[in-house]
Amino acid sequence: MGASQGAGRGGRAPRPTAERDPGLQPERTRLAWRRTVLSAAVVAVLAGRQVLRSGAPGPVEVTLAALVALVWVAFAVAADLRMRTMAAGRPAALPARLALLVAGCTVGLAAGGAALLLPGR
Amino acid sequence: MGPGIRLWFSPGRVREEGTTPDYRFSLANERTFLAWLRTGLALVGGGFAVDQFLPRLHGSLRLAFTVVLLVGGALCALRAVNHWVRCERAMRRGEDLPLSRFPAVLALCVGLLAVAVVVLTLIGWTN
Repeated sequence: MGASQGAGRGGRAPRPTAERDPGLQPERTRLAWRRTVLSAAVVAVLAGRQVLRSGAPGPVEVTLAALVALVWVAFAVAADLRMRTMAAGRPAALPARLALLVAGCTVGLAAGGAALLLPGR
Repeated sequence: MGPGIRLWFSPGRVREEGTTPDYRFSLANERTFLAWLRTGLALVGGGFAVDQFLPRLHGSLRLAFTVVLLVGGALCALRAVNHWVRCERAMRRGEDLPLSRFPAVLALCVGLLAVAVVVLTLIGWTN
């Protein structure tokens, strides 16, 4: 949507309605993905902080922190892929693989956090 | 939840059924999925926050709250996928959207948890 949408902003003639949904559904869906990636970033930062506070030996700490970063990157890449398909006039339905991937990242962060709680006490 | 789970592992099968709904309905379903996913992320983040930012809460209590929030967040994320698949299938088949007790249960649990944390902090059940 990027370039064509930008061109439409400067008060030019509106595009034909057949091409553009007046409810801005793809736009709203794209923003929903963006919000979700931001939420995931907050959780990843907290998870990283959790790792740093766990008192694990240095190399383990670094590995776990890298793993947290990797999970967030996977999340963001999946979201980016989806946001790109929103550029189409009528985007195809969300592939189940992407849905499973982002949900899996969330579950992974939760499971990792729970696992970190075990040795510290 | 039952029949939906099979669809998780063979997602292509959803597309074989019924007719493709208006793309706007699919996108609305996708946004609902994302909203539930954010709810799950918020619970997971809340679990980390309880562990990291309530240091004076009694150790085992803090552990319990943290684990409950982390597990709740993970369940929320899994349920988001499940509900999304079921809604997508219902739309393709032209059926009613699935009903669910999950939102009410989740609201109750989160409310109880919040009250518990406030009360425990107020009466000073801390280290």
